[in-house]
Amino acid sequence: MTLSAEEVRKVALLARLELDDDEIERQTRHINDLIARFEALQEVDVTGIEPTSHSVPLVNILREDVVKPSLSRDEVLANAPESRDGCFIVPRIVEGAG
Amino acid sequence: MSDLHDRTAVELVDLIRTRQVSAIEIAESTLARMDAVEPRIHAYITQTPDRAVEQAAAIDKRIARGESLGPLAGVPLALKDVLCTRGIRTTCGSRILPEFIPPYTATAVERLTDSGAFTVGKTNCDEFAMGSSTENSAYGPSRNPWNTDCVPGGSSGGTAAAIAAGDAVIGLGTDTGGSIRQPASFCGIVGMKPTYGRVSRYGLIAYASSLDQIGPMTRTVQDAALVMNVMAGHDQLDSTSVDLPVPDYVAACRSDVRGLRIGVPREYFGEGIEPAVSSLVRAAINKLCEMGAVAEECSLPHTEHALPCYYIIAPAEASSNLARYDGVKYGHRTKELAGHTGLTEKTRDEGFGDEVKHRIMIGTYALSAGYYDAYYKRAQQVRTLIRREFDAAFGKFDVLLTPTSPTTAFRIGEKSDDPLAMKRADVLTIPANLAGIPGISIPCGFIDGLPVGLQILAKPFDEETIFRAAYSYEQSTDWHTSRPPL
Repeated sequence: MTLSAEEVRKVALLARLELDDDEIERQTRHINDLIARFEALQEVDVTGIEPTSHSVPLVNILREDVVKPSLSRDEVLANAPESRDGCFIVPRIVEGAG
Repeated sequence: MSDLHDRTAVELVDLIRTRQVSAIEIAESTLARMDAVEPRIHAYITQTPDRAVEQAAAIDKRIARGESLGPLAGVPLALKDVLCTRGIRTTCGSRILPEFIPPYTATAVERLTDSGAFTVGKTNCDEFAMGSSTENSAYGPSRNPWNTDCVPGGSSGGTAAAIAAGDAVIGLGTDTGGSIRQPASFCGIVGMKPTYGRVSRYGLIAYASSLDQIGPMTRTVQDAALVMNVMAGHDQLDSTSVDLPVPDYVAACRSDVRGLRIGVPREYFGEGIEPAVSSLVRAAINKLCEMGAVAEECSLPHTEHALPCYYIIAPAEASSNLARYDGVKYGHRTKELAGHTGLTEKTRDEGFGDEVKHRIMIGTYALSAGYYDAYYKRAQQVRTLIRREFDAAFGKFDVLLTPTSPTTAFRIGEKSDDPLAMKRADVLTIPANLAGIPGISIPCGFIDGLPVGLQILAKPFDEETIFRAAYSYEQSTDWHTSRPPL
């Protein structure tokens, strides 16, 4: 099974990556190389085998619902490309508003 | 003493305690060494000399006041630049985080600095720890101290190069598919990936969360054990860290392998493994047998499936983890502002390198509707089979001994146009990450002046047996005293 450049464009859209034509071509080649390697897994008999998501069994960790020290708003915003009045600033999304 | 940068952590701590040297002298020796070799090695993305001197001075003050000292007092520390350090730029080797200053410090790092280690810098790595050569760094490749035309391995190649070159005494790397062990092997040092859950991942910027582990990179086995003593253990800030007592790993370092049962999995010595590498590893196994261990060949037939399994699971987790880089909360934001959707796509296109984009694409595809069962779920089922195979082997053997990497360090540029060949560099280290078991790489010889690594694997949470086997072998050789011709 191989992916077409068009299908790779769709994956890029899902992945929120704007790739130019050269990158689409390169990614298509690399992805298809790797998918060819994945075929080996189709031959493994996995009937009735439970999937492993973590190698150690995970359990929910509960704690008391009490307020503890956390990062200040200024510290959290300090790395933002743009912030104002305690908020992250993003470009205008809705035309003509405000 | 001018060679302080070249000492082991165990030696330095003793020199400090007996007041034969000051922490400032150790800092100055290491910083001078960095000045001398960094232009040729480029192990660091960010050096922190002022902070190192400040921290060292604080240790000397404690000594002067007669206060108690931590177990790593006065030891210079190099940190892979995927570990958050409060107030020190953390880049992940990526253009998307050019000036990220973390507001908190990773638990593993905090435990080391609280014990008296002082940070000399943040080391180079493949972008977001994705790679096997450090060539995928947006800050340029690091070089192997044994041969500067060669890669130091990756993704923790900067830490490996720094430790091998004497640019630091102890270091931290992270290992998702071999990223501590493979560069340790290429640079002739010791590198351990602990059991998944043994060391807190809090403050480690995630690549593939079910596989990532932080581990020590040092010049001797005992130093790695010393770092583990301080760093291992439960952390309530990481819900996957396991609440088990931490044994004394330094005490586990003793020369005694009588009766140790060694399994030698034949799949790790097969096609694609350089014969000279295999024979050095077999010689190391023979050495341990002369000392009283018992070796027997065994088989782990699913080994060949580990690589495709990993290249589904790790990218799938990465595609989710790296969704956070959207140009809003931190990191790079494109200057070409479109609407909000365009902002994200353009920012990510400009910020991520080729290999990171590639893995995000693979992961997104493997998780997308219609392919989930065929790829992601199946890979997780094969992961179960790989884990069971190890479980069965450890019913019979205390340790498994293999080569760490199929080859010695390759030349810079040699594999950068062949992503599949690059990925095969991790074929012998990936299975341990999928199974969550601990592993170490220690030096076991040289081929044409380049180091070869011996990998020792054990059952989950049995790092003690690994340290015992590794220390016994190390003490019977002098590989760990060899230094690169810099």
